[in-house]
Amino acid sequence: MKRLLLAVLAVIVIAGAGLGVWLVAIPGPTAFAKGATVALADYRAANPTGVPTELASADLVARGEYLTHAADCFACHTAKGGKAYAGGLAFNLPGMGTLYSTNITPDRATGIGNYTDQQFIDAVRRGVRADGQHLYPAMSYAAYTYMTDTDALAIKAYLFSLPPVAAPAVDNKMAFPFNQRWLMAFWNAAYNANAVYRPNPSQSPEWNRGAYLAEALGHCGECHTPRNPAFALDNRDKFAGTITAGWRAYNITPDPTSGLGAWSDTDLATYLSTGHAEGHGGAAGPMGEASDNSLSYLTQPDIHALMVYLRSIPATSGGLPQVTLAPAPASYRQGVTPDANPRGAAIFASACASCHSWTGVSSLSKYATLTGDRAINDPSAMNVAQAVIHGVQRKIDGKAVFMPSFGAAYSNDEIAAVANYVTARFGAEGAALKASDVAKLKDQSE
Amino acid sequence: MTMLAPIAPSLSRRGFLTAGAALGGGLLMGFRIDVAQAAVPSALPSALPPGVPPVPNGYSINPNAFVAIAPDGKVTFQIPQEEMGQGVYTSLSQLIADDLDVALDRVTPVPAPPVEALYGSPGSGRMGTGGSRSVRSFYTVLRVVGASARAMLVQAAADRWQVDPKTLRTDNGEVIDDANGGRRLSYGELAQAASALPVPTDVVLKADKDLKLIGKPVHRLDTPAKVNGTAQYGIDVRLPGLRIATLAASPVVGGKVAHVDDGEFKKLPGLQLVVLDDIVAVVGPHFWAAKTGLDALDITWDGGPDGKIDSPQLWQALRETSAKPGALGTNKGDTTKAEGDRLDVAYELPFLSHAPMEPQNFTVHVKDGGCEMWGGSQVQAAAWNAAAKVLGIKPEKVVFHNYMLGGGFGRRLDVDMVTKAVRIAQKVDGPVKVVWTREEDITQDVYRPAYRNVMSATLKDGKVTGWSHRIAAGSVAVRMSGKPLDGGLDRGALEGATENNYGVPNFHVEFIEAKPRAINVGYWRGVAPNNNVFASESLMDELALKAGQDPVAFRLAHLSSTPRLKAAVERVAKEANWGSPLPSRVGRGICAQFAFGTFIATIAEAEVDTSGHVRVRRMTSVIDAGRVVNPDGMLAQVQGGLIFGLTAALYGEITIKDGRVEQRNFNDYRMMRINEAPSIDVYMIENTEAPGGIGEPGVTAAAPSLVNAIAAATGVRLRRLPIDRDKLAERKTASL
Amino acid sequence: MPTLRINGQSHLIDAPDDMPLLWALRDMVGLTGTKFGCGIAQCGACTVHLDGKAVRSCLLPIGSIGNQAITTIEAIGDTATGAKVQKAWLDIEVVQCGYCQSGQIMAATALLNATPKPDDNDIDAAMAGNICRCGTYVRIRQAIKNAAVSA
Repeated sequence: MKRLLLAVLAVIVIAGAGLGVWLVAIPGPTAFAKGATVALADYRAANPTGVPTELASADLVARGEYLTHAADCFACHTAKGGKAYAGGLAFNLPGMGTLYSTNITPDRATGIGNYTDQQFIDAVRRGVRADGQHLYPAMSYAAYTYMTDTDALAIKAYLFSLPPVAAPAVDNKMAFPFNQRWLMAFWNAAYNANAVYRPNPSQSPEWNRGAYLAEALGHCGECHTPRNPAFALDNRDKFAGTITAGWRAYNITPDPTSGLGAWSDTDLATYLSTGHAEGHGGAAGPMGEASDNSLSYLTQPDIHALMVYLRSIPATSGGLPQVTLAPAPASYRQGVTPDANPRGAAIFASACASCHSWTGVSSLSKYATLTGDRAINDPSAMNVAQAVIHGVQRKIDGKAVFMPSFGAAYSNDEIAAVANYVTARFGAEGAALKASDVAKLKDQSE
Repeated sequence: MTMLAPIAPSLSRRGFLTAGAALGGGLLMGFRIDVAQAAVPSALPSALPPGVPPVPNGYSINPNAFVAIAPDGKVTFQIPQEEMGQGVYTSLSQLIADDLDVALDRVTPVPAPPVEALYGSPGSGRMGTGGSRSVRSFYTVLRVVGASARAMLVQAAADRWQVDPKTLRTDNGEVIDDANGGRRLSYGELAQAASALPVPTDVVLKADKDLKLIGKPVHRLDTPAKVNGTAQYGIDVRLPGLRIATLAASPVVGGKVAHVDDGEFKKLPGLQLVVLDDIVAVVGPHFWAAKTGLDALDITWDGGPDGKIDSPQLWQALRETSAKPGALGTNKGDTTKAEGDRLDVAYELPFLSHAPMEPQNFTVHVKDGGCEMWGGSQVQAAAWNAAAKVLGIKPEKVVFHNYMLGGGFGRRLDVDMVTKAVRIAQKVDGPVKVVWTREEDITQDVYRPAYRNVMSATLKDGKVTGWSHRIAAGSVAVRMSGKPLDGGLDRGALEGATENNYGVPNFHVEFIEAKPRAINVGYWRGVAPNNNVFASESLMDELALKAGQDPVAFRLAHLSSTPRLKAAVERVAKEANWGSPLPSRVGRGICAQFAFGTFIATIAEAEVDTSGHVRVRRMTSVIDAGRVVNPDGMLAQVQGGLIFGLTAALYGEITIKDGRVEQRNFNDYRMMRINEAPSIDVYMIENTEAPGGIGEPGVTAAAPSLVNAIAAATGVRLRRLPIDRDKLAERKTASL
Repeated sequence: MPTLRINGQSHLIDAPDDMPLLWALRDMVGLTGTKFGCGIAQCGACTVHLDGKAVRSCLLPIGSIGNQAITTIEAIGDTATGAKVQKAWLDIEVVQCGYCQSGQIMAATALLNATPKPDDNDIDAAMAGNICRCGTYVRIRQAIKNAAVSA
């Protein structure tokens, strides 16, 4: 009996240790690629860091501006409707609390106007702020750590060129033990590589540039890579897609069904630089913001480098169905008919068909075409519901592209019904959202 | 064109002369009016058919102000009321045409100039279209105008033929002398001579049996132009050199422009930026250019003290105020001594936006020390005066071209769309059409007040023995006049609450003003009865339930002193098959209402599924509006009114965050659509009682009948509007 | 600067390609029968026909129209179906304020062209995008049915 207990205990200990190893021993973001890496100083091909050649001779602030966009500091450090970089955007972390991003304008009292170069580098690359306290990894310093100090300081120079905005930090509302910032030291020990990007000479210079853009600056994985129980990115499923703030970030591996494998280079490049590609639909929600605030500023060679890098990621099947490319019939009576979902069809007729058409191919705007859109072909209908709730506010080629938000005037049941109807009519497979699911999605994306 | 009398070479009152001249520009259609005659107590009949309301003492009718007859016999009717869909161009034309004895297609209504001395309502003296009052106010006046003109034409024929006018008759625009072989003269031939005759001091209105138009369904005069795109609304004004502007006014009431960043704006060609204290406008060659320009601006607003107000604070303030005693509206008996089981309830209604389909707009050309303006208003004279006041000039310097309204619903009883346009036009060289976006229209409205009703009633032996009702709300009268209430009482807020249709022996109604911060309140189609009928008919339904009685039977048992309403309830119960079996989760609810001078009983039949979705299956109304002018128009008004009221009950709510209205367009301020609209049956009870209003009774009957139907379908009593479907899904019983 | 074919006539429109057709019609060509209601394709007041199909002109960029024939309320009465719909509208007095009715008539005409004998579901599907604030829906439905059976 005692032996049995010991054996059980041993299994638990070993399993626990195994779990610990599994939790901590996560491969680095570029570890999937064949070939050994070298220190940046030892890399002989074109420098993968810094700004593109077009900007090589630009002044420090202009270079910093490009890198700030590439690193998308705006996304997190700007509240909805707030002043740029003045912080205040809320991050709801279920079970833990709410974090608010900080003011990174050069305001001395409330922003980072007093930061020295070293303090800025420590914050961006190590997650340690000027007073020595740890930042929460909601700040993606575990990605920015791959950035060079030179690039980080260029970003600082740009931020310091902006008008200071007086915007005091909003107090975080974190529950114990998550309000203990010192605990982040352990997280950092496990998950922050704290090392600048190491190029891989076995891969092309373009690949290396793409890797730097994706990993050190763009931090694609923060949304597109699933996290382990310790909230670290699990690169074993790199870019396989996951859910952040109630929106699904899609599989961006080369998997032909669930990922980007079936996309032409032209489509992928267009999507990366505009957040929309004909036949594939457009970005909304967080990816829409990433497109408007970051990716749309990248030069074409950088977009191409990013694409080369994405094409090299090991394909992961995400379980999503093949995208339906055929438009629905022109008559509401054909295809998925209203009988299947009378409430959804009625709402579609009322509020949606004027733009999206019964075929799903918009008669008004290519941006409103649903056919081929990944979200429409996602049987969870998660992003469809979010777009219905929040609408879409984009800027493509300098022009406003929008969809109105319907979350305030339509019930959860109606939003579920219309999301189910449109995924069934225009996508691969109808969703089965319920009102309670929509309520949850609203909570997550508030 | 020849005019009906008198053709005065000069007008007798200087003020009106200049007004007439300034309004010349084709508007007066050659009307010449001896204003001195307006003071003469003219043309008042000594006897009226039963139910034809008397004209108020001191009001004089000047037919010349209303009617002109051309040589071809066509009648131009200067109509004091605004056409905004309610059919008043037709119904008022019927009134004139019938006693004048011309076919309706001979009459062309044109907007009257904004001269309240001539065109003011007999009741208030003001020009205004609202409160379902047009027919009620002008019923007798316009019949007298028609009869007077006819009498003058007959006299002119009698003079020409040298016969006794009593031997002549008229038929469809002709005077006929039967005694002399049926010789005829057309009105057109007689108009010149008739115009020189004095206005008769006593006329006889047609007997009911002789009426050819009044009470008959007729085709509307305004609709042919509305089906082929030729109808002109204010927003359709086109002028040489016209520029188009759109604007952003301070999103917070009382806020100011703090800063305008025009960096991006300056890259756009051909635009003019107008920055006023509380308004930013962009003027361009067309609306799209103006809107693109406005969107390119980064405007920072200083919201001021109201910039932090949110809806929950407004509700809290209203609830606190509603707990205080109010000013007495009416009292009978002593409610504190009423015996029986007591029921205490509170009902709440939200702020609402008007959202007429035609967004607010006005076109203004400020020039030569004066101003010319084009647009649609429910208050022509007030609009005219307001423009003059902004410019610091006399109203006579303002030429106002009035247009049809693409919906009013009370929104165009305010003149802010006029004053904003004039202020912008002051900065623009040439005429400018200021067109609001839908977002501006919804966020810069004057809103139907939010209401809280604190009520209690006592019930003994199946009868209501006591009824007490405190209405708490912002006062539209105060907001519009800027003056405090006399004794704290807003009489306009009492209609639909104080009539005591059910003959309750102890009956008490009071009002307390609860001025909301950060939001302006305005008149909204259905006005006070929107609230009062909802509260009263909800409570009556709760009392029926408490008494264990059928809601219709319960009401009928209380309606002995209000027989017209009782008859309407009996009839609607029959027409709606009250009491016949229904599927589960389907219910019927009744509303019995007397407001706007009209009795209407309405039954809603609604289905509520387990997700809380409400489907209105059928609405049945029986309306007794006394003398009806255009029965088909009345049915249309009730049908449309019910939809308007159902829309509000199902979806309508304006909320405030950071002092700003949150709803912006039809995606978040939702409208009922054709695929949600119920079947509607409206029946009318015909009689010769005084005419009642028809534009609003349907609106105010909708919500009470619907919530009562929901209660019948689900057992859930909704005491707040709009219907919260997500909550209705969660809760199976009890009240919300 | 596209050339548009509107009611059978060509118009050179001196405006950027992304300007919605609505403003070309109303503010440049002078066809004000097509109405501005919401600007976000939620109300249908701006409905016109593009090669006979109903579209919301408030969000239709003029640069995307090409040679498609644009028909507005001013010319719909020249078509057999349009005239029938207008007559049906007047026969039972559908119209109240009338502001939305240009769009309603254009949507109804497109419906009848595609589905000559529409049932209630067809009417719902085709007309639900057109808001009428006066609430004339009951009569719109009836008028469409009347137009469908008229010769």
